[in-house]
Amino acid sequence: MSNKSGLIRRVAISILIAWNVAGYAQESHVGNLVGNARRGKALYQRYCIFCHGQYGDGRGESAAYLDPKPRDFTKAAFKCRSTPSGSLPLDSDLYDTITRGIHASGMPSWKPLLRQERADLVAYVKTFSPSFQEERPGAPVEIPPEPPPSTESIQRGSELFQSMNCWSCHGKDGRGNGPSAVSLTDSKGNPIKPFDFTSGPTFKCGNTDRDMYRDLVTGLDGTPMPSFASATTADQRWDLVHYIRTLSTANRSGHILQVKGR
Amino acid sequence: MQSRYSVLIISITALVYSVAVLGVRTTASAADSPASISGEVKFQGTPPKPTRIDVSQDPLCAKAHSTPLTTEDILVGPDGGLANVVVYISDGLSTQTFQPPQQPAVLEQKGCQYKPHVLAVQSNQKINIINSDETTHNIHPSPVNNREWNMTQPHGMPLEKSFAREEVAVPVKCNVHPWMKGYIAVLKNPYFAVSDKEGHFSLKDLPPGSYTITAWQEKLGTSVQKITVGAGENKTLDFTFKQ
Repeated sequence: MSNKSGLIRRVAISILIAWNVAGYAQESHVGNLVGNARRGKALYQRYCIFCHGQYGDGRGESAAYLDPKPRDFTKAAFKCRSTPSGSLPLDSDLYDTITRGIHASGMPSWKPLLRQERADLVAYVKTFSPSFQEERPGAPVEIPPEPPPSTESIQRGSELFQSMNCWSCHGKDGRGNGPSAVSLTDSKGNPIKPFDFTSGPTFKCGNTDRDMYRDLVTGLDGTPMPSFASATTADQRWDLVHYIRTLSTANRSGHILQVKGR
Repeated sequence: MQSRYSVLIISITALVYSVAVLGVRTTASAADSPASISGEVKFQGTPPKPTRIDVSQDPLCAKAHSTPLTTEDILVGPDGGLANVVVYISDGLSTQTFQPPQQPAVLEQKGCQYKPHVLAVQSNQKINIINSDETTHNIHPSPVNNREWNMTQPHGMPLEKSFAREEVAVPVKCNVHPWMKGYIAVLKNPYFAVSDKEGHFSLKDLPPGSYTITAWQEKLGTSVQKITVGAGENKTLDFTFKQ
């Protein structure tokens, strides 16, 4: 009898431990928030399922009508990250994307949801790929202080835009009409357009100079936009940011500076 | 005290020696009679004509070539041999895991083409990626079983990468130069080869056994054959692909 109860106790304890281990993998941590995948699932089925689909593979009912296509969470490759190309995003990266939405895509800002709800969604989105249980996110990119923009910095940025072949996709004037633009596809083979820098000062992964700097380091995984992490120095990346700012005709950030010859 | 130490040192040395000798013996006995499989991959029918590639969008690519660049997806030699076919053991080895070789594989971007066009590596083997061109490339593999990454690489920038899981084969492209396409085959065992210009391949130093051999070609798919090799045997195995 005592043996039997001991066995039951042991089984109960191991179930509890297993529950906790599995539970941790299904959590998200954003600041003080702890997201819960079970609650996230209910929210996902209400708000996200139409585009991202029941299985998180980006094949929801509305997906056919969207360009670019909704993210396939089973691949665990995310555009907006603070981690190096080819590594998992931080929970806070996914949280920021849900909060911000993605400009020039079907992904709206989900700021109307509670912060806790957004954290719960992050936890659930992570359950679609086993990668989140097998790997750790990469080390977040360090962003050094921004040097003040200057005509010289913009000029150097303009030269880098040429030598780094940014123009091949984004075009000589940044209109997204470079010679390689028509050939571009996302990693699932769907056609994808390079960003038109003249369209305004709003970008996919955030609008600050620091966001732009970070995008240059990380690249946008799942798209043709590569990482310039080893290809450029920190100063060169700031030069590129300053130059790209000048391409926007609606630049209100106070960065507009005249470059000779432009 | 000292004598006790020397006894200890002697016994450790003896142990190390015996392990080393034993180790050498076992490898020697396997090396005494390694099997091998070699053969030819053939293309049946009229080979398709390579298509010309227009590289004029990047003058730095254009000036690297005196004759026009052509597609490399089906390369057939004068005697009908098919190049760039990955031939590998897909089944028959025990579940043992193989350590990747120390020597890194090399993938070069030269004349705005990948050299080699098809590279075969072992999982977790380092791949030394080189840009010998004056222009800037981005190297962008789109794997299914491995993680995708995408790095800009100007001339001379060092870049070392690897893939953790078996995948035949990971497509590699340069988004800046859309004609640039290559493949990296990632194998979990060291018994693989890529057919040369004449279509020849050989799998060496095989342990005797019954194997499933798969040949993979980027456009023509896969062809599978079974073969048994005894100790010291050298067998011939040919593959034929058609369009």
